[in-house]
Amino acid sequence: MAKIELTRSTFIKNALKSRYPQLKVFIVMLIGYIFAILAGLIGTPVGSHNFSIVFVWIAWWAILILVAVPFFGRGWCAVCPIPLPGEWLQRGAILNPPDKRPKWLNQRVPKMFRNIWMQNISFLLLALFSSVLLTTPNITGIVLAAMLFAAIGLSTVFERRAFCRYLCPVGGFIGLYSQTAPIELRIKYKQVCVKCEGKPCYNGSTNGYGCPWDVFPGGLTKNTYCGLCMECIRTCPHDNIAVNLRPFSADLAKPSTRMDEAFKAFIMLGSAMIYAGVLLGPWGMFKDAAYNVGSSAWFVYAIIFLAIIFVILPGFFTLGILNTKNVLPLKQRFASLSTALIPLGLMFWVAFSLSFVLTNASYILAALSDPLGLGWNLFGTANTAWRPMLTSILAPAQTLALVGGLIWSARTAQKAANEIRTSSISIIVFSFILTLVMLWLLL
Amino acid sequence: MQSRFLLLFLIMAGLVVAFAPLPAPAVAPQARTFRIDARQYAYSPSELKVNQGDTVTLQLVSTDVVHGLYVDGYDVSVEADPGQSATLTFTANKSGSFRFRCNVTCGAMHPFMIGKLTVGTNNWLYRSVGLAFLAVVSVNLSLKQKA
Repeated sequence: MAKIELTRSTFIKNALKSRYPQLKVFIVMLIGYIFAILAGLIGTPVGSHNFSIVFVWIAWWAILILVAVPFFGRGWCAVCPIPLPGEWLQRGAILNPPDKRPKWLNQRVPKMFRNIWMQNISFLLLALFSSVLLTTPNITGIVLAAMLFAAIGLSTVFERRAFCRYLCPVGGFIGLYSQTAPIELRIKYKQVCVKCEGKPCYNGSTNGYGCPWDVFPGGLTKNTYCGLCMECIRTCPHDNIAVNLRPFSADLAKPSTRMDEAFKAFIMLGSAMIYAGVLLGPWGMFKDAAYNVGSSAWFVYAIIFLAIIFVILPGFFTLGILNTKNVLPLKQRFASLSTALIPLGLMFWVAFSLSFVLTNASYILAALSDPLGLGWNLFGTANTAWRPMLTSILAPAQTLALVGGLIWSARTAQKAANEIRTSSISIIVFSFILTLVMLWLLL
Repeated sequence: MQSRFLLLFLIMAGLVVAFAPLPAPAVAPQARTFRIDARQYAYSPSELKVNQGDTVTLQLVSTDVVHGLYVDGYDVSVEADPGQSATLTFTANKSGSFRFRCNVTCGAMHPFMIGKLTVGTNNWLYRSVGLAFLAVVSVNLSLKQKA
């Protein structure tokens, strides 16, 4: 399938170039985000009746993992409200670049942090406390507020969107999985960028800001670090930026060589499996251990959680590729072949989320009418009874996701293996075994 | 031509694995009773197995706060007050694996208070394993064809 340039449509191009449509969405999102913080802090402590839990962990999560990431890649990042206050402060403006910008520290992020290890750590920190985070409104409120203030703080010290690029726990996995999405932002002609003076897409101009994601669009080859903020469309003086529709997982044809990205794939894969067992399984002792943060059982849970992600899964993966004939060092083979785990992990999360979301979606109507759990009935839906949705199609849908993910992963493994001239069999067997485990956990 | 035939064969094989009727073991229906203790946030026992056609009676005993028990797929439920028991009876006429879960908000981890009821054989799991195996075979065959 050839690429289709969406920005050829004048309507789409103008909508993306203008700051106003994006600003309207930003403002709605920011109000919703601040309301979620307040609801978490002052609303009912009963999670299933609190806006912060229901709208963040059920509604937003469902949209993110089932729609936004698979189909729009970093589409969520394009409208995420978290970096806004910090960015407005950093820029000294809400819309177009001002004549005089405020003097913040504007530092480069130190080189040792210019990777996604901090995002891996921040995700794991939240993941280890997720049983409390997902169910306790004031903890959700505190974490949401902490992310907002961290983004503001980093904007005053570092240039561009340092929080989004290097710390956001959600942005890390969205970036990883955005490589599978059928949408991309790319340049049209490389020579135009080579000859372009001043590189306003990266450095900014009177028309807009330099790339907030610290990416030079002329060098973009994959979606991972492009936040789809559309700033380069506004600043490019040569109309050389396009938003394209493309085949799914186009970026995965060129495997990654980075260990931080490889381990991100393992972190996401392992977390989906652990959550499927702990949260959706019938074993009460696992739930007790995950929920009772600080207890000895929780420490055991945390050690097992980290061991699965950093030792057991990568260990078996490495054993599989250890004896494959190849001139490349093991580390490079490990990083390249782990690309196959990206579609597998995404579909594991889809299968896990289907169960969680369909079971709890009926809380959304009740929370809409009574977001703080104070007895309101704003839209007449406050007393909507809890009832799982579409339970009859849940198992077939999960099978479709998991088996589809396995096929996708196997095809990706073949491409990655071809790229580095090695065999894909061990990776396919590895993916097959993990899929069997996930099927057993969910069905 | 050969690859199209192979693709058609694999699709047919997938449909057979997913939908072919399987013989159900002929077991005379029985009346089965289970006492289930419910506490925050677990059932004990949390995994139940019955045969298709059995009349199942669940005696739910709540040991701390009010708990419920809702069976996915059967759409039946029961609630028990603290220290009390309540009974739910239904005919397990659908085979497969079904989650049962608390349907009364009982605390923070309430949405994850879950148990598992297996009626007869969990055929869908075996079908899914078969589909996964077929998927791996088909990808490897396509690999060999390209080579």
